[in-house]
Amino acid sequence: MENNTIAAISTPNGAGGIGVIRISGDNAITIADKVFHSNSGKMLKNFKGYTAAFGHVVENNEIIDEAIALVFRTPHSYTGENLVELSCHGGMYITTQVLRAVLNAGAVTAQPGEFTKRAFINGKLDLAESEAVMDIIGAKGKSAARAALACKDGSVSKKIDSVKDKLITQAAHLSAWADYPEDDIPAVSVENLRVSISSCLNEVEILLKNYDAGKIIKDGIDTLIIGKPNVGKSTLMNLLSGCERSIVTDIPGTTRDIIEETVMLGDVTLLLSDTAGLRDTDNPIEKIGVDKAKNRLKSCGLVLAVFDGTEELSDEDKKLLDKIADVPAVAIINKTDIDCKIDIDYVKNKIEHTILISAVNGTGVEKLEEAVSKITGVADFDPAVATVANERQRICAVNALCAIREALDALDIGMTLDAVTVSLEDGIQYLLELTGERASEVVVDNVFAKFCVGK
Amino acid sequence: MGFVAGNFDIAVIGAGHAGIEAGLASARLGCSTVVFTINMDAVGNCPCNPSIGGTAKGHLVREIDAIGGEMGKTADESLLQMRMLNRGKGPAVHSLRAQIDRRKYAEIMKHKLELQDNLELHQGEIVDIKQNDDGTWMLTTRLKASYCCRAVIIATGTYLGGRVYVGDVSYESGPDGIFPATFLGKALKDLGLSLRRFKTGTPARVLKKSIDFTDLEEQAGDEPVVPFSYDTLQPIQNKVKCHISWTNDNTKKIIMDNIHRSPLYGGLIEGVGPRYCPSIEDKIVRFADKPRHQLFIEPCGLGTEEMYLQGMSSSLPEEVQLQFYHSIKGLENAVVMRPAYAIEYDCIDPLQLENTLEFAEFNGLYGAGQFNGSSGYEEAAAQGLLAGINAALKVQGAEPLILDRASSYIGTLVDDLVTKGVSDPYRMMTSRSEYRLILRQDNADERLTPLGRKIGLINDDRWHRFELKQELKRKELNRIKDTVIPPTDELNEILVSRETTEVHTGIRLIDLIKRPQLNYEALISIDNNRPQLDQNIFEQVEVEVKYEGYIARQLTQINQMRKLETKRLPKNVDYNTIVGLRLEAAEKLNKIKPQNIGQASRISGVSPADISVLIIWLSQNHITKQTEE
Repeated sequence: MENNTIAAISTPNGAGGIGVIRISGDNAITIADKVFHSNSGKMLKNFKGYTAAFGHVVENNEIIDEAIALVFRTPHSYTGENLVELSCHGGMYITTQVLRAVLNAGAVTAQPGEFTKRAFINGKLDLAESEAVMDIIGAKGKSAARAALACKDGSVSKKIDSVKDKLITQAAHLSAWADYPEDDIPAVSVENLRVSISSCLNEVEILLKNYDAGKIIKDGIDTLIIGKPNVGKSTLMNLLSGCERSIVTDIPGTTRDIIEETVMLGDVTLLLSDTAGLRDTDNPIEKIGVDKAKNRLKSCGLVLAVFDGTEELSDEDKKLLDKIADVPAVAIINKTDIDCKIDIDYVKNKIEHTILISAVNGTGVEKLEEAVSKITGVADFDPAVATVANERQRICAVNALCAIREALDALDIGMTLDAVTVSLEDGIQYLLELTGERASEVVVDNVFAKFCVGK
Repeated sequence: MGFVAGNFDIAVIGAGHAGIEAGLASARLGCSTVVFTINMDAVGNCPCNPSIGGTAKGHLVREIDAIGGEMGKTADESLLQMRMLNRGKGPAVHSLRAQIDRRKYAEIMKHKLELQDNLELHQGEIVDIKQNDDGTWMLTTRLKASYCCRAVIIATGTYLGGRVYVGDVSYESGPDGIFPATFLGKALKDLGLSLRRFKTGTPARVLKKSIDFTDLEEQAGDEPVVPFSYDTLQPIQNKVKCHISWTNDNTKKIIMDNIHRSPLYGGLIEGVGPRYCPSIEDKIVRFADKPRHQLFIEPCGLGTEEMYLQGMSSSLPEEVQLQFYHSIKGLENAVVMRPAYAIEYDCIDPLQLENTLEFAEFNGLYGAGQFNGSSGYEEAAAQGLLAGINAALKVQGAEPLILDRASSYIGTLVDDLVTKGVSDPYRMMTSRSEYRLILRQDNADERLTPLGRKIGLINDDRWHRFELKQELKRKELNRIKDTVIPPTDELNEILVSRETTEVHTGIRLIDLIKRPQLNYEALISIDNNRPQLDQNIFEQVEVEVKYEGYIARQLTQINQMRKLETKRLPKNVDYNTIVGLRLEAAEKLNKIKPQNIGQASRISGVSPADISVLIIWLSQNHITKQTEE
């Protein structure tokens, strides 16, 4: 396994003021010297780290562009390796030319995320930080990028550290108390323990909640449009997506399959599915669509239930209202441009977020946006607040949460404290896993730092 | 002129707690064994506290006994008082601790060595050690007697390069005024071992009749006595009481006024002392805001008036010691028979060892006990037993015995020593084991006796008793599963009095025992068909039922850990050549030479990223396959 030198264009594709080509690896500086000629005539290999030179990128004696070369020397660089950044003019053409020259000089194309991976392997970033960088690179919207940035700055790590420290303090006290029964260690107060563990539980919960809101912003929310046939589901979908997708006719049951579409509604990305209506049917083909819709009702993240404002609520409508009473849902009363016959109060009574729209005229969309933002928690989402960054971290946090909850449960049902300690330590391990550290000795070290023990 | 005095399979240097177990194990496994002691009257000496066991240490003694070692039996035979520590804190941390008659303990141990077949006990200071061209070892005593042997176990304790400090006085000495091993250190260095200095200390012994016990709190033993050994079948009695006193402001003032006279604070001692066993001056300096410190007054034996002052070790000058001891309630007029002292000694960095306790670079050379950087009689005995077994297995050409972290505290101890190394004398604690709900003192036999039997250290009689016990335990577990208790008023009265919910239908006995508020004892009046069984069986059943969920989860964790342990790393790899490993990690890996990925992942300074690199490297090179073949 050879540690080859990699290169890539590090600025986004497309027009821009400057473009940066980054070269990293043992031979980064030698390779840069082959393509970069400084105006002073000095070779980059004679440069110290953190120095810059102005000059030209040259291939086959032809000048490609003016450029500034920034030299970083191992281990003081982003990747921890020798690293050169060539800043030239922006734009696809020039940056590609410069990159090609660098590749011809001996570098190989970097794989996506490879700079960050090397930074991680060389110990420049912890796991949480590296994952955050990858998220910035892949972030779809503004809020997502800000959330990722908050993570890279270590706010997750800081938050986790604070929870971890609390747990370690408790575990250390429990260990000291158990390991030194004759050393006059203050007895563990079950009440204090409970308070402290509860506050940790709370903090991890917040972290996870924010993740869910953050994830909705980043990845979108699985949204199901549901309702009786011909209440205007497809029209609504088309309104939101801005193009005709569903077959819109006046014949009930024309939408047979689940149709998917990604739309932005304010800050939230909705992964919309239009469904067949939910009515009981004998038509075997339609029945498949209805069954699918019923299944989706259980698994989706948000339901938009559409009702026809020009008709009174049918039994079928009432059934639907009951079905969605305990899932995140918005009741949308459509066709409010025509006579309103529906019992709006009945609907409002069942579903907190009930709004009136006219899908055909396109009115009421702002209300929908507002309601969705509230339901998903996105309205309260502060991208600067710490949250876990991705699924791996989320799983660690969920495991930690379970372990902490288990410790609390054990306290509550009166289990002995050795069992509580074991759960606490599991929680600590999961948090260490989250941040990519590993410190099995932390508890032991803490025992010595905090308590006076000995024979 | 020297002479060749003997040929043995195995030689053990030192007859302390490590050397004794090593010698007995090796001889019992059929190897001709010679054990050297500097002083025949120092065999099995307890130069510090007159007690065996304690938290986690009690677990070690139980495990030693379960494999077939001697420490637990001898502690039972010389017992003065037994206590089960941490009752009420949970089964994982229950630990036995025995006060013992230290002279009797030593006498019994020495006698057992004398009676042991295949074993010769010799008084002699080993001054030279060399490896012959054929791989055998040559040991030479101060009297120029040479012994040729196939494996050597070094268990020199605090004797190796021992130096005693009391105030500004210091002199070469082993413990208890016995002379030290002065020449062996140089021979080991010549051989190529690197030695370091550690220190430890012990408090004063005072005359019993000079102590005023009137206002001191008494501490009695537990009744009935739970013995250490599964071989101790006759009931044993508590014979003594201990007492508790406290230091005070005056004690603190005397010590602080004289702290500059401590060799440690004056800079005379270079050795690193144990964090967990600080001297009283250490405690007062490090925990300045603590108003008082506890001390225990423990008898050293039935045939002596010497009393040990646990918690009060010191290396201050004798006159200062007298002042501060006299400041303590009950000790106002105490006659100090032996002053406290600190002792500094040579030991090795245990990272040089494999998990068999054999030196990686020296075939047939083993280390055990304080020589390996540990501290405590029990830690020493545990290593002695393992080193003795492995030296014997090696001489016999058999596979070594490797105890992993999930098997025992012994395995945890050895893994910690050889993987993480030590910065101060290592003491076992329950918090060092991540699997402590499984590694309990009550089930040591279940975990390790089959292993001891397989090796050959468990005799038929003991084995039959073990099998019978396991059978009875299985039956009892089935019985409580099958027994349904009707919802009588009597049952509900018990439930209410124990603050747990009443029942209105029949309930299985096992589900009652599962409740944290209940136990066997609470249910005795409604459990009409309960058989007469050993208390230990009820205890084990109860723990297994109550902690079932935790135990199951720890077993899952163990399986995950063992998976990583099967990814073996080749012995002869230069980690500097593996691209992607951080420099620090490569250095540590080169030094420690872990056997497998699991062990590598426990090395401090090796990050999860390094482990990913290693796993990728392994799979790229198909090394796993090669090493398994």
